[in-house]
Amino acid sequence: MQDQKLAKQLFKKSKTARYEHFGRFLCFCALLLIMVIVIGIILFIATKGMSTFLKDHISMKDFFTGTLWNPGTKTPDGHAAVGALPMILGSFLVTILAAVISTPFAIGTAVYMTEISPKRGAKILQPVTELLVGIPSVVYGFIGLSVVVPFVRNVFGGSGFGILSGTFVLFVMILPTIVSMTVDSLKSVPTYYRQASLALGATKWQTIWKVVLRAATPGILTAVVFGMARAFGEALAVQMVIGNASLMPHNLISPASTLTSVLTAGMGNTVMGSMQNDALWSLALVLLVMSLLFNLLVHFIGRKGAFSK
Amino acid sequence: MQKRRMIKWLLVAVVILAGIGSYTTRSKQATNQQSITAVGSTALQPLVEAASEEYSAEHSGIFINVQGGGSGTGLSQIESGAVQMGNSDLFAQEKAGINPQKLVDHKIAVVGVTPIVNKKVGIHRLTSKQLIAIFTGKVKNWQQVGGKNLPITLINRTQGSGTRVTFEEYGLNGRESAVAQEQDSSGTVRQIVSSTPGAISYVSFGYVNKDVQPITINGIKPTERNVMDNDWKIWSYEHIYTNGQPTGLTKKFLHYLQNDHIQKTLFNKLGYISVKDMQYQRTWQGKISKRSGVE
Amino acid sequence: MNRVQKQSQVAIIILKAIAGFVVLILAFLIGYIFITGLPNVSWKFLTSPAKAFSSGGGIGVQLFNSFYLLILAMLISLPIALGASIYLNEYAKDNWFTSMIRTSIEILSSLPSVVVGLFGFLLFVVHYNFGFSIISGALTLTIFNLPLLTRNIEESLASVADDQRQGGLGLGLSKYETIIHIVVPAALPGIISGVILCSGRVFGEAAALIYTAGQSAPALNFGDWNPFNIDSPLSPLRPAETLAVHIWKINSEGIMPDLTQVSSGSAAVLVLAILIFNLSARYIGRKVFEKMTSMN
Repeated sequence: MQDQKLAKQLFKKSKTARYEHFGRFLCFCALLLIMVIVIGIILFIATKGMSTFLKDHISMKDFFTGTLWNPGTKTPDGHAAVGALPMILGSFLVTILAAVISTPFAIGTAVYMTEISPKRGAKILQPVTELLVGIPSVVYGFIGLSVVVPFVRNVFGGSGFGILSGTFVLFVMILPTIVSMTVDSLKSVPTYYRQASLALGATKWQTIWKVVLRAATPGILTAVVFGMARAFGEALAVQMVIGNASLMPHNLISPASTLTSVLTAGMGNTVMGSMQNDALWSLALVLLVMSLLFNLLVHFIGRKGAFSK
Repeated sequence: MQKRRMIKWLLVAVVILAGIGSYTTRSKQATNQQSITAVGSTALQPLVEAASEEYSAEHSGIFINVQGGGSGTGLSQIESGAVQMGNSDLFAQEKAGINPQKLVDHKIAVVGVTPIVNKKVGIHRLTSKQLIAIFTGKVKNWQQVGGKNLPITLINRTQGSGTRVTFEEYGLNGRESAVAQEQDSSGTVRQIVSSTPGAISYVSFGYVNKDVQPITINGIKPTERNVMDNDWKIWSYEHIYTNGQPTGLTKKFLHYLQNDHIQKTLFNKLGYISVKDMQYQRTWQGKISKRSGVE
Repeated sequence: MNRVQKQSQVAIIILKAIAGFVVLILAFLIGYIFITGLPNVSWKFLTSPAKAFSSGGGIGVQLFNSFYLLILAMLISLPIALGASIYLNEYAKDNWFTSMIRTSIEILSSLPSVVVGLFGFLLFVVHYNFGFSIISGALTLTIFNLPLLTRNIEESLASVADDQRQGGLGLGLSKYETIIHIVVPAALPGIISGVILCSGRVFGEAAALIYTAGQSAPALNFGDWNPFNIDSPLSPLRPAETLAVHIWKINSEGIMPDLTQVSSGSAAVLVLAILIFNLSARYIGRKVFEKMTSMN
C-alpha cells in the first residue's frame, strides 16, 4: 500500500511541471487563435475572390490581361470589362519605387541611430519615428494633396496626380516602419561582433558595412518587407494622390490606380454578392497572393544573404 | 503567498459582484430602450443623423443608429434584414444584385447635381453638347469651349456612386464618362477641383462653396427653384428603404423625417429639396410627370 | 590618413546627411500638422460634441472613443500576441511549419485594413449581431493588430541573449518560468516599443473601423459609468466614431463651414495624443523594467 502511494506520488507531475505544461498550453492556444484568424481570413477572401471566376464565369485571362475596368459591362470587343492589369501594375510600381527610395534612407538613419550617435538617436529620432507611425493615413493623404501634388505638378508637369505623387507619399509613410524595425535588428547584433571587427583594425565604416549590416541582413529585409506590405495595403492616402484612373500607367505623372484604392473606393457602392462586388474581392485575393509572393521572395533572398554563424 | 491569493480572489469576487450589481441597477429606461439602425448612403447620412438626434432628444430612451458605408451596403443590408433602414442614392431597381420586390421605397428628399470647375478656368456656362464633349474626352482644352488655354482634367466619382450615375444619366444624357481620375467622396472632389487648374467634376448642390465655380447649362442656373420645375434636369431622389412596410419605431421615425419642421429646417442647411416642393416626379426608368396636388 | 580611413569618414558624413534629411522630412511633417492645426485647438474644441452643419463643433466624444477603443483592443490583443510570440520563439521547432505560420502572419499584416474591416463587419456586426459598436470595433482592431504585434514581440524576444535562458535553466527553473521571469522582463523595452508602435497604428486607423465601430458618435452621458446603459461612455454596445474616422468622415462628406479647421485641429490633437501616450508608455515601461530587474 505504502509503495503504491509512494509510486503514485513519484509519478505524479510536480507542481512546476504542471505549471510548465499549463503555460505552454496557454501560449499554444494563443498561437492557435491567431492561426484560426489568419486561415479564416484567407479562406474568406479566397472563396469570395474565386466566385468571380467560378460563379460569374469570368475568364482568368480577361481579368489578368484586360485593361478596362468597369465590372458589369462589356469591352468594345465583347469581353467582360474586368481588366485588373492597370491596378496590378500600379500597385507594383508604387510599392517597389517607394521601397527602393526609402530603403537607403531608412538604413542610413537606422545606422546613424544605433552606430554613430546612439544618444541623439534614442532621444530624438526614435520618439519621432514612433509618432509618425500613428498619423492616420487620411492626414498623410491631405498633406499629399496640398503639398506633394502641387509640387509634382510644378516640377514634373501633368496634373500632379500619378504614380510619382503616390511614391512620395508612401516613401514618407513607410519610412518610420522600416527605420524602427531596422533599428531593432541592428541592436540585436551582439556588441562583440563590433568589438572584434574594430580590434582587427577595421574602420568604423568597414565594421558597419561588412559586419553589422551583414549580420542584420535578415532583420533589415524583414523590415523592408513590412514597409512594402504597408505600402501595398495602404489605401486612403494613396487614393487621394494617385488619381484613381484605371488606365495603364504610361508614365509616372499620369493618373493611375492601385488595387487597394479601387477596392476601397468601390466597396461601399456595390451590393454584397453581386458580380461587381465579387470582382472587388478578386482584387483583394490578388493582393493576398502578391504579398505571399513578395514574402517568399524576400525570405529566399534573406536566406542567401544571411550571415552564417 | 496565502495572503496574496486571498486578495486575488477577493478582487475577482468584487468585480463579479459589481457586474451583477450594475446590471440589475441599470437605469429604468434601459428596459424600454429601443434602438433601430440605418445604414447606407453617405450623402443621406448627415440628414438622417441630425434628424435622429432631434428625435432622440424629444423621445427619451430611443436610439437611432445612423451609419454610412455607401448605397450598396445600405441596400444589401436592408435586403438581408440586418438593419431597419437602408439609405440609398439610387432606386433599388438601378442597382445590380438587389431584388427590389420586398423593399419599400420612402423618398426622403431630392438633390440636384451640378458640374463644378476650377475658378481659373474662366468659364461659367456651357451647353449640354459641350459638357458631353468634355466628359467623353472629345474636347481636351478649355480653349475649345471658350475658356483659357488650359488642359482639361476630368475628375469622376467612383463607379456605382449615386452622384455619378445621376450625372451620367441626366447630365450626359446616358453616355458614359471617359476613363479618368476617380474619387470616392464629394469632399475630396471639391478639394481637388478647387486646387487643380483646369479641373472639372460634379457634386450635389450642398457641396458647392466659394472655392469652386458651378456651371450654368444651356442658360439654366443650378438652383433649387429650377430643380423643382424640372428645368434643371440633373437631380435624383434620396431614398430610405425598408424591408416590407415599416412598423413601430421605424414607421414613427420615417414619419418624423417627412414632417414640415424637419423639411424646413434641416433640408435648407444641407441643400436638399423637399419632395413636397417638387412640381414633377420621376420613376426609376426616368419617366417624368407633373406631380398633382399634395400627397 | 590612409584611403580606408578617408573612406570611412566620408561614409559617416553621408550617413549623417541622410539622417539629417530624414529628420528634416519628419520635422516638416509634424511642424505642418501642428502649425495648421494647433491654432484651432481650444479647451472647448476638446470637450464639446461634434456638429454636423454648423461651425463650432468639437471632438470630445471622438477623443474619448479613440482612447477607449485603443485600450480595449490592446487589452484583448496583448495577451494573445504575447502568448503566440512566446510559443513561436521559445517552443516551436524551427521547421517548415513554423516558418509557414510566420509567413502567413506577415501576409495578414499586409492586407489592406479595409478588407479586415469588411471581414469584421460581416463576422461581428452582421453574423454575431453585435451591431456597429465598440465591441465589434475592438475585435476588428485586434485582428488588424495581432500580426504586427506578434511579430514585434517575437523580434524582441529573439534579441534576448541565450545566456539568460541558460542561466535560468541552470538555476533549476522550468522553461516556462525562465521565459516569464527572465526572458520577458529582459525583452520588455523591445516589447514596449512594439506596443507603442502598434498603438499608434491602431490610434490612427480609420478604414477598419468605418464598417465596425461605425461613424456616428451619439452624445454620451458622462455622469453615468454603468456599462450596461447604452448612453454610458463605457457601454461596449454603442456606436463609437474615433478621431481618425472623424477626420476621414468630415473630409470626405463633411458640410460644416469650418471643415478645414476642425480637420486640421483634430489631426494635431491626434498627433499630440499619440505623443503623450508614447511618452507615458515609455515612462511606465522604464519603471516596470527597473522594478522587474532589480535585486529584490
